[in-house]
Parts: sequence; C-alpha cells; structure tokens
Amino acid sequence: MLRLPRFSYLRPASLAEAVAMLADHGAQSSVIAGGTDLLPKMKRRQVQPAVLVGIAHLEALSHLETTASGAAEIGASRTLTSVLKDAGLAHHQPGYAQAAGLVSTPALRNTGTVGGNLCVDTRCNYYDMTEDWRTASGSCLKTGGELCRLASSSPRCWAISSSDTAPIAVALGATAVVAGPEGERDVPVASLYRDDGNAHLALGRGEILTRLRLPAPDGWRSSYVKLRRRSSMDFPLAGAAVALKIDRGVVEGCRLVLGAVASQPVELSDLVHGLVGQRLDEEAIEEVASGASRLAKPLDNADLSYVWRKRMVKEIVARAFRQAAMSEVAAVV
Amino acid sequence: MSAPREWAGRRLGAVPGGADDGDGTFRVVGKAMPRVDAVAKVTGTTVYADDLSFPGTLHCVLLRSPRPHARIRSIDVQEAAGLPGVVAVLTGAAMPTRFGVSPSSEEEQALAADKVRYVGEPVAAVAARDEATAREACKMIHVDYELLEPVTSIDRALEVPMDEPIHASSRDSNIHRLAAVEFGDVEEGFAASDHVREDVFFYEGSNHLAMEEHSATAIFSDGQLTVWSSTQSPHSVHRALSSVVGLPMGHVRVVATPHGGGFGGKVDPCAHEIVVAKLAMITGRPVKCTLTREEVFYNHRGRHPVLMWVRTGVTRDGRIRAMHFRTALDGGAHGSLGAATTYYTGALQPATYDLPAYRFEGCRVFTNKAPCGPKRGHGTPQPRFALELHLDKLAEDLGMDPVELRRRNYVRPNSRTVNGLRITSCAIEKVTDEVLAASGYSRRERREGHGQGFAVSAYLCGAGTPMYLNRMPHSEVALKVDRGGVTVFCGATDIGQGSDSVLATLVAEELGLERSDVRLVTGDTGLTPVDLGSYSSRVTFMAGNAAIEAARKMRTTLAAAAAEHSGGRPAEMTVAGGRIGPLSFEEAVAAAEELYGTLGSVGSYAPPPGISTSKYRGSAVGPSPAFSFSAAVVDLDADRVSGEVRVNKVWIAHDIGRALNPVLVRGQVEGGVYMGLGEALMEAQAYRNGLLHHPSVLEYKTPLSSDMPEIEYLIVEQPDPEGPYGAKEVGQGPLLPVVPAVVSAIHDALGVWVDEVPVTPDKILRALDARARGNDPRTGPRAFPKIPYPPCEKVAIPDAATAAV
Repeated sequence: MLRLPRFSYLRPASLAEAVAMLADHGAQSSVIAGGTDLLPKMKRRQVQPAVLVGIAHLEALSHLETTASGAAEIGASRTLTSVLKDAGLAHHQPGYAQAAGLVSTPALRNTGTVGGNLCVDTRCNYYDMTEDWRTASGSCLKTGGELCRLASSSPRCWAISSSDTAPIAVALGATAVVAGPEGERDVPVASLYRDDGNAHLALGRGEILTRLRLPAPDGWRSSYVKLRRRSSMDFPLAGAAVALKIDRGVVEGCRLVLGAVASQPVELSDLVHGLVGQRLDEEAIEEVASGASRLAKPLDNADLSYVWRKRMVKEIVARAFRQAAMSEVAAVV
Repeated sequence: MSAPREWAGRRLGAVPGGADDGDGTFRVVGKAMPRVDAVAKVTGTTVYADDLSFPGTLHCVLLRSPRPHARIRSIDVQEAAGLPGVVAVLTGAAMPTRFGVSPSSEEEQALAADKVRYVGEPVAAVAARDEATAREACKMIHVDYELLEPVTSIDRALEVPMDEPIHASSRDSNIHRLAAVEFGDVEEGFAASDHVREDVFFYEGSNHLAMEEHSATAIFSDGQLTVWSSTQSPHSVHRALSSVVGLPMGHVRVVATPHGGGFGGKVDPCAHEIVVAKLAMITGRPVKCTLTREEVFYNHRGRHPVLMWVRTGVTRDGRIRAMHFRTALDGGAHGSLGAATTYYTGALQPATYDLPAYRFEGCRVFTNKAPCGPKRGHGTPQPRFALELHLDKLAEDLGMDPVELRRRNYVRPNSRTVNGLRITSCAIEKVTDEVLAASGYSRRERREGHGQGFAVSAYLCGAGTPMYLNRMPHSEVALKVDRGGVTVFCGATDIGQGSDSVLATLVAEELGLERSDVRLVTGDTGLTPVDLGSYSSRVTFMAGNAAIEAARKMRTTLAAAAAEHSGGRPAEMTVAGGRIGPLSFEEAVAAAEELYGTLGSVGSYAPPPGISTSKYRGSAVGPSPAFSFSAAVVDLDADRVSGEVRVNKVWIAHDIGRALNPVLVRGQVEGGVYMGLGEALMEAQAYRNGLLHHPSVLEYKTPLSSDMPEIEYLIVEQPDPEGPYGAKEVGQGPLLPVVPAVVSAIHDALGVWVDEVPVTPDKILRALDARARGNDPRTGPRAFPKIPYPPCEKVAIPDAATAAV
C-alpha cells in the first residue's frame, strides 16, 4: 500500500495557538481535521507538509447551532455525518443537507468535515496520481512543474473545484468565518474561492476556516443535484445548486451555482437574473438549463467525456430547479 | 438478493458412481454450508501473504520504468547501494534467464535488462531494512533510457515499427501471433445462405481488481528456497523460479497463501516472486515484496482489448450455414498466456451454436502497455459479446425472435462440434427455459427507456491440455489416514472460489465423515502432489475427481479392514455417518493400520483422450472434459436524455451439473454477474499518451455494492457423466452472457446499438444523436483492420465414426 511520509503532528490547545502554529510553520504546514482529502494526497506525495496542525479536537470549531429562524452556524470540524443527523439543520437547510449527504461514502462522511469539504483541494486526473505516475507523466503546474499537462500552452492550472457543499453554500449566500493572525473575519463563501486550480482558496498564511454560517431561509428553497458515475463514493462530475424564492409561481429571487466545471464554484447570476418576476414553468427551466450548459466549460481532466459532462449540466440544472421548486419552504419553528 | 432455490427438489437424473448411502441421497454433497475456512476469514485469523513476517525480513521495492518503450543504456545503482539500510540492489543482469507462464512466450525477464516495453515494467529491485528505505533507494537508481517510439494501438502495431519491434522474436513486426483455421467449407455455406450479415465489435480491456494486492516472501536457507505467494498456480511459479534462479525443482518450494482473489491475475509467475527469491539467495535473509494497487495495474495480465469482425450466413428460417470470425487482440508488452487467449477468441463459438462451417482468423499484437493475459472467461467474453449481439441483429434482419434464432442453432448433448470438441452433458435448452420463465422476457413491459436482453454462453470445465506439453496427470491427490485423522494433500489452490471446501466435501462424502473431519494441505509444492493451478475452471472437475479416486481407494482399504476385523464381507461394510460397518471410523482405521501398516492412497486426473478429434495449430485450446452453459436476462432502464443506465435485475441460469455446495455456487454466480456488469458498463484499462489512465480504485470505475441490482439465480442440475458427483464449473461461465445481455437490453430500451463495451452514457447519446440525424443508430468501431493472416489451415469435419461421443 501507499505509505504516509514522515511529518510532525501538533495538537494546539486553542484556536489561537493553532493559528500561531500555522503562521510559524508557513508553507511547510497544513491543518488537518478529518484528513480524508489530505492524507491520501500525502500518500501520493502530491503534498508533503512537514507539520500537521490538528484542529478536529478544538471546541471552537465543533459546535452546531440552528436558530428558530433557521439560520445555522456549523463548526468547521463537525463531521458531515454529525451534521446530517441534526434534525433542525435538515429541516431548515435542506439544500445544504442534501449536498453534504452526497459527499463520498458513509465511511468518509463519518470522518470528513464541513470545513474540509468546503476547502477540498481541486482535482485533476493529471494531478491526483501517485508520485511514480507523475514522474512518468512529468510534473504539472500544481506539482511545481512548468507545464499544464491538460493544456500545455496554458499559463494557469485547470484543476477542478470538487466540493459538493461549496456550490450550495454560495447559492445560499453563506458566510465563512476565518480565524487568522489578525483575528477573525467574515468572508462570503463566494469570496473564499479563486479561479486558479493551483491556489483555489483565498486564505492567507495562518488562516483557518472555523465556521460556516447559513442564513435563515426566509422563504428561500434550495436544492443540489450531483452528477457522478456511481451511486456513491465518486467526486462530482458536475454539480448544480439552486436557491429559489417563489411567490405564487413567480420567481422573486434565484441563485444558480455550478460545481466541478471550473476551478471554483461558478455562480451564474446574469443567466438567472432574467427569471426574476417570471413564472417558473418548464420552458423557463429549460432555457436557464440550456444557458448553464452553454456557459459551463468542463475540460478533459475528470471521469467520462467532457462533452457529455457539459451536456449533462443542462440536465442537472433542470433537475435542481424542479427539485427546488417542488420542495417545501421550511416552516419557521 | 433472492433466497436460494430448493436444492433438493432440483436434482435430476442418476448419479454416476456416486457414493450415496444406497438411497440416492448424500450426507455432505449438495448441502448448503459455509466455506471450510469461513470463521478464520471473518475473524481475521487467516494469514494472507502480506500478513507473513519472519524475523529479520528485508523489504523489497521494485523500481519500475517511467517510459513505455526505451532501450536501457545503463543502470547505475551505486548511490542506492550506499544508502544506509540497503542490503542489496538487483538488476536484470543478475537474472538473464527469460520466463513466461507459457513455454511459447518465454520472453520476460523479472527485471528488464536491455529494454523496457511498458510504463511500470520492473527494472531494478532494492532489499532494505524497511520499506521506506527501499523506496528511497529506488529513487537513487539512475537509469539511462534511449527512447523508442511507443506503440499504443492495434492499428499502429500492425504497421511497420518506426524504431524497432517491441520484441525481437516477432522479427520485423509487432505481430505476436496469427491464427487461421477453417472447418468445413465456409464459402459454400455462405453461398447456400439466404442472408449474410457482417458486424464489427470492440471489447475494452480490464483489470481483475482482486481485493488483495500480490505479495510474496522468500527464504533461502540450507540450500532450500521457499516462496510464499498469493499465486493461483504455485506449480507455474515453481517452474519459473527453478529455471530463473537456477535451482533444481527439488530445492524450491512454493506455498500458495490464502487468497484475497485472483480471477486470472495471479496465474502468471510474476516479477516480484522471482525477485524476492533471488534477493533471499543473495542476502541470506527473508525478503518480502507486496505490490501497491498501482503496481497491480502494471503487473496486469488482465482482459485483452479485442476488436472483432464476424460474418454469418443463415437460411430464411434462421439456421446458420457458415460463420467467419476475425479477432485482433491488443496484447500489451508481453506474451503471458496470450497465444492461448488468441485461440480462445475463436474456440467456443461452435460450443454453443452448431456451426456447419466455421472459419477463424485471430491476431495478437504487442503494444507498449501493461501485459494482458488471462482474466475470468479467458479470451471468451469478448467473442461471446460480439457473437450474441450479432445474432440479435441477424434475428432482427430475419424478423425472427432472437431466442428462437438461437434455439434453432443450439448445440446438442453428446455431440461433436465442427472444430472437434466433445460436448457431453449440455443443459443449454434448460437454462434458456429457466431464465425466460423467471424473467418473463417474452411478456416484458414495452416502454421507451425500459428493456430486457437475453444471451447464452458456454465455458470449459478445465483446459483439456496442460500449459506446457506433457502426459502427466493434471491434478494429483494424496490421502493420509491414521489414528491422527484424515488429511488430504493436493496442489489445488483455493483462491476464494472454495476449492478447499470442495475437496473436503468430496472426501467427507466418500469416507462417511463430516467436512470438519477432513484436514487440508493444499497449494504447497513441497508437501502436496502437483495440481496445475486455479485457472480455466478446472479445479472442481480435475482435483475433485482425483480426490474421489484417492478417497475410494481408502474406503476400500478401510472396508476391507473392517470386514476382516468383524468377520463380515467388505461389501457389507456401509460407509456412512462416521462408521464403517460395525466399527467407528477410528476403530476401522486402527484395524487397517494393524493389518496394512501406514495408510495412504492416491488419485489423479487427466482428461480422457476423446475430448477432441481435430488436430490443427491451436487445437490444444478449447477441448475440455465438460462444458457448462449459462443464460442471462438483464432488465434495465436507459435514459434517452442522459444516456445513464440503471440495471434493475439480472436473472441467470447456470448448468452446473451438480451443485456440490449451493453457498459456493451462489457466491461464484453473483461474483460473475458483478464482474460482467462492470465490464459491460464501466471498467476500462485505458491509456493516455502511453500512460495508464486510472491506476487507482477510485478512478478505475467498477460497480459499488450500492450499484448492484437484484440477482435471481437458477441453478440447473443435470449431472455430468464424468464430473465429480456430476459437478461442472461455475467460476467463469456466469460472467459470459451478462455483458451481451446488458447491451441487448439497452437496444431493447432505446433502439440503438452500442457495439463496444464499456457502454458509457456518452456512447448511448452518440448513437441516439446518429439516429436523430438519420444515420446508423449505432456507436462502435467502424472497420476491422487489414491483417496479414496466413492461408487458412483446412480441417476436415470429423466423420461420423470419429465424431461419436
């Protein structure tokens, strides 16, 4: 089997200490919560942090609270399974719960965390390979090489944002709370990401994602549809997150975010802008879904043909709209 | 999954030579029981190859080629050898002897010395105090490669090599093997046909994906070499080791450890097995090597990608007059069992359908990819896929029900095929009836997007010819009985299929004991008599018959002793329920020891001579002492918008002769269906720029448990006259009809043909798009390449006297 490289494991007593440790060790370090993304990557020598700073045990990152209005605050080190078991969250934030429940397998959801899935590294099938394979292939931009193996003339890395929960968090207008050497700051989840497969997170040195804040639904419905080859385990080949506010069949507000078609979640605000004030009928859904498919630009660095993945964006967007439209508006308890 | 059927009610016919208690019933045979090693396996006490650890063990890591095709100018190991903790560094120069699982393909070196032929080919090995040190040392080995043009497709391999052929043995081309043979007069058959049709198909390669990665440990001590390995054929490893490391067979012992699955991937002697042996001899210490999953993909020996062309002539009423079948196999970088695989792509078409005239032309090419070899079904799933879909299309042309077309051409029991194969027991009609009745195929719901597909197949119960030419038994069993109990010694290797359980069942039945009374020593070339290995579905039939022979001799001995002791006649000594006549089994054994001294008996099995009548180049492939027959119906939904397929249910009927243990039968059937669905819908050992696309179990897609449909299995028991208690194989047959039945069902659902597997959603959409544009509603290969087949060897159809079965 593949073995882990040697590393030091640090167990900070507090969030502040964790931040200090990360700031101290800089690029040589990484935070670790569930480790379901990081450890396999270390085994394949895609990353080799000398220092891992554990955060799974920190109180500050492990709470989960849903208010009467349905607003939720989730600690970044909560496991996906523990979040899925929370009845309040499932009731008020069905779109988020749906996405969290579609991540990988039950076993990995038992270990993988809310923060981990939001931050999950971008993926590319020239990158997510063992050291031996990458030696044979030649290194790429994401592994310190000069060349993107997918598009050799490209100055940038095209690795794919592969989080299931990021698109829905963006669609819901969620906020990420980030702790760093300068204290805490709130960042819209949409601003947490950068369109660069090689540096997809807009986090500074020593910064840790500590909490996810989902706003109260306030009449918004939400839904996430994931495209994958098999019924479990696989990363998304495309994802469609929809947040929708409808009053008597007429759209009052709408957000559509695609996952796994670029290096960051792609919000299609111009596309759905025209829906506001319209009736959400099959024709309208079809038009938006076709538009989303036109705008999506998947590349040949994931499973199955990218032509098919692009085509399927239309289907999953349409499914997500139908699902969202049919879903109940969560009653405020 | 559905509940097991009523086994007792499904026994048909008399049992030849059965050791029944006189009333036609059995005490052990046919009873649904767990494997004999079930508790050890589920509680974790089973010691697999990678669990072995001896004091002072060195760990071995192989350095593998990062280049698909290159000459090795030099290998500098000095820096690696100097790393603290490194005990030995080995290169191919130390082991020049070439080997291969088949004597016709002995072109492999455990470590490549002159050139590399695929990414992942081993070029050097390090033995060090621990794995991390060995791995680090591998990075310090400097190999100077001179790059050669890589050949990565069948088409390219058929052209003149740009730099040099992959193997010098194939002279100036990359063609490894050509076959051309004709039985009867095919042109005459086509001329007499009312309708002739041609089709082209492609079947992608796939890996075995056994859960256990290969692992081997070697000790060389006091002139004796012992290698423990997760191999399917300790005998093959034994032969290769003796030859490469230069020790007499009598100084080499190979122990097959308990297995986490083989499926053909552990039949070939592997580089790491030879390397650990050599390193143990050099260092004098135990040396161990366990492959990573990625290395297993490189070691491969999996399903050959095969391009196929078939032309068949039929009469208006659906009778086949002639068939011409061509195959082109992408063999990868080495021979492995590929010569046999090539012949297997042509051998069994006449074993399901009565072909009055048949021409087969086969070709295997070398490419710079991981070597292909035997995988479950060995060279027959690919032509089965092509043949069954081709018959569906012929039926459509004729406006005939596809099942009826097949029935009109089915082989008959006790017949001789056009290529000289002997068919004895044959329940092909019965498996068809069963699977149609259970699935309601003819009354299936007809709606857009829903379909059912039917297919039928045949498979061997053991290859009739050994992998290397000899007239010795294929399987041998020795039985030791004394006051210490009953021990069966047999070279057969339990790779998870349950052969240990089968041996225990047969011996227990014969001696009137329970399975737990029988101790097993198997798969150990130092202790057990020879068995050729767990491949070609041969073990139940061959080792089973050998075990029965040994046990019957022992029973006779014990009955004689019991008779002598009790003053009765041997014939009166009923052997049953732990008693022999009036004596307990233990008393009878004591009496026999008193009378005869040490008690031992042996049995062996070699296929009878009449299993084949035709002699031609390649005629060693195909003959078998018996054939199993399987039929499947697959029910699925296929989405016309997304191209996604959901398999709802698979019905599978299998002609097993007799189910010696229904639990094991069920396991094999379900495993075969799973593997067939994987190959039909997902699996692909695919390459990009000479590099394996998916060398991980996350990216190499195979169905997950949550993807598996319900399976209803129907076991047809019509005892075979020569099988042990009438039993036939089940390890490979049930996979075969599943793949074409899936594709046929997709056609039933959407009206389009996908003439290549795996059927991915985009292929379905491409076929639907083609139909929408008014083109041929099909995805698949367009043409079959021009191949320089030699003139056909004409083989006369066996005359009536020769053909008599």
